[in-house]
Amino acid sequence: MGIAPGLLVGTVRFFQLLEITMASETMKEGKERYKSGVIPYKKMGYWEPDYKIKETDVLAMFRMTPQAGVDPEECAAAVAGESSTATWTVVWTDRLTACEMYRAKAYRVDLVPNTGPGTKTEAQYFAYIAYDIDLFEGNSIANLTASIIGNVFGMKAVKALRLEDMRIPVAYLKTFQGPATGVVVERERMDKFGRPLLGATTKPKLGLSGRNYGRVVYEALKGGLDFMKDDENINSQSFMHWRDRFLYCMDAVNKASAATGEVKGHYMNVTAGTVEEMIERAEFAKSLGSIIIMIDLVIGYSAIQSMAIWARKNDMILHLHRAGNSTYSRQKNHGMSFRVICKWMRMAGVDHIHAGTVVGKLEGDPLMIRGYYDTLLDTHTPVQLEKGIFFEQDWASLNKCMPVASGGIHAGQMHQLLTYLGDDVVLQFGGGTIGHPDGIQAGAIANRTALEVMIMARNEGRDIWNEGPQILADAAKWCGPLKAGLETWKDVSFNYESTDSPDFVPTTTASV
Amino acid sequence: MMTNQGNRVTQGQFSFLPDLTDAQITAQIKYALGRGWALSVEYTDDPHPRNTYWEMFGNPMFDLKDPAGILMEVNNCRKTYPNHYIRVIAFSAVRGVESVTMSYIVNRPKKEPGFGLVRQEIGGRMIRYSIHSYATDKPEGERY
Repeated sequence: MGIAPGLLVGTVRFFQLLEITMASETMKEGKERYKSGVIPYKKMGYWEPDYKIKETDVLAMFRMTPQAGVDPEECAAAVAGESSTATWTVVWTDRLTACEMYRAKAYRVDLVPNTGPGTKTEAQYFAYIAYDIDLFEGNSIANLTASIIGNVFGMKAVKALRLEDMRIPVAYLKTFQGPATGVVVERERMDKFGRPLLGATTKPKLGLSGRNYGRVVYEALKGGLDFMKDDENINSQSFMHWRDRFLYCMDAVNKASAATGEVKGHYMNVTAGTVEEMIERAEFAKSLGSIIIMIDLVIGYSAIQSMAIWARKNDMILHLHRAGNSTYSRQKNHGMSFRVICKWMRMAGVDHIHAGTVVGKLEGDPLMIRGYYDTLLDTHTPVQLEKGIFFEQDWASLNKCMPVASGGIHAGQMHQLLTYLGDDVVLQFGGGTIGHPDGIQAGAIANRTALEVMIMARNEGRDIWNEGPQILADAAKWCGPLKAGLETWKDVSFNYESTDSPDFVPTTTASV
Repeated sequence: MMTNQGNRVTQGQFSFLPDLTDAQITAQIKYALGRGWALSVEYTDDPHPRNTYWEMFGNPMFDLKDPAGILMEVNNCRKTYPNHYIRVIAFSAVRGVESVTMSYIVNRPKKEPGFGLVRQEIGGRMIRYSIHSYATDKPEGERY
């Protein structure tokens, strides 16, 4: 599919002749409408400002940057058209179908605050589009995304396009399994309640032999972490083949469990070149008694859904590393928001997903990250423009997905992490455990002690945001490893401006 | 003897902290009550990590909203089973949770013998693992 030749010119002229009207310009069904040739998308039925949204519609909101001179409503209609039934020219074969139903309808276009004339940013628009549920195959993220983020992102009429949010109707959600285990059952299986879980990624990422790797796992778990984790690119390389890693890590996990009396786990990364190979690795992890396996986002949506179904059948928690997402989620004008990935991954059925730390080394505005966490954990999400949430979402009893905070965080930030991220999160201190001056066990003890002391203080009603540093300093008086950790990382922070932040005017109507 | 931090079973929310005082236990009870959670007291002489069902010291106290009354139950349990593991559990009945929301140990045996790891070598490099509670070498009720 492509863009109609001459559309830009045509639209410019059209735009000059008429003021923007909010009325439908759809041509009447009939002979004229289907005459061979090119007509604006707006007239083909893809712009319906009076459209009444159905409860069963899939809704999507795009941030569009139209090419110079393209009317925003025509641009929204083009996005609706190219993500549903349209092609660049009129086809008579439409008349063999209930074509009005299959057409997506752009129903609202708003100028993005602080863009356009008089600002530093060229005009961007929020375009709202409704899709009938019958456009999509049930239980298939691949099918949903082939429409919504298919050809449309390469269309010439838009300079840039970004999928900001989606509303998935309950009827469609019910066709998906959802998280294989879910937060509630994961906590019940792990016997860990009322606090974030603690994890760490084994470092260095590359080069450790199976035997050396398992040493790091054992030390950190015995010290007090709940989980250890393979990194995204630890699969089966020459320095450590996957079976070696699995065997040594399970010895470490079980030994640490016996040493502490707690359930422990290591996310075995089963990512491989084929789904068959991933299943083989997952089966081996299960036969060794592992409670959790891991996959990377780069394996693809259908592979993720397959692994989630395997995980549900085999009592396995499924961890997802979001490797690759920043290639399309980070820049504000093009690609898609990470909150949409969160939504799709909860539907696809993973139990964990990396969703940002706010305070660590990776990108993240606090409210945007809270929006991701809400998307993963809520049973019902209201519209919250300040968090970038444009649609109300009923989650239809789909399990909750545990967010994972990983990347450049340490014990000294515990009060901030707890305030920003809450209890339902896995806090992963990789360097903040393994890099401790007194060793890996000491690093884990420092993290666990900092967490417990902060949970206790918060529950007692103390103002941890302001008193946090003092609460940690007091605990460091009796906990040597915490003292050494706080001294090592006291000045480490990552204060960069976020590239992705919400755009909203608090006074505009928040709900539709 | 256990060789981990604190030489103790580290289940629950606060096992890395010094043993909780009655005032600290009460503060946590208040936090749970403030959220509408029901509290329960449970005890066991087998702290195996996958021993889910500790004995209930009575049903969860759905209708008791007085922190002092709940602390009294905690202390009654401690008096009755001074050498057992005792934990306070909170339950939420809210849709979407309907599960345990807090769990912390408030009593332990004087000596915690811990666990052994039993390895059964099977085909190839495979091993089957069992975690064995040393306490369970003695019959129930005679373990500490």
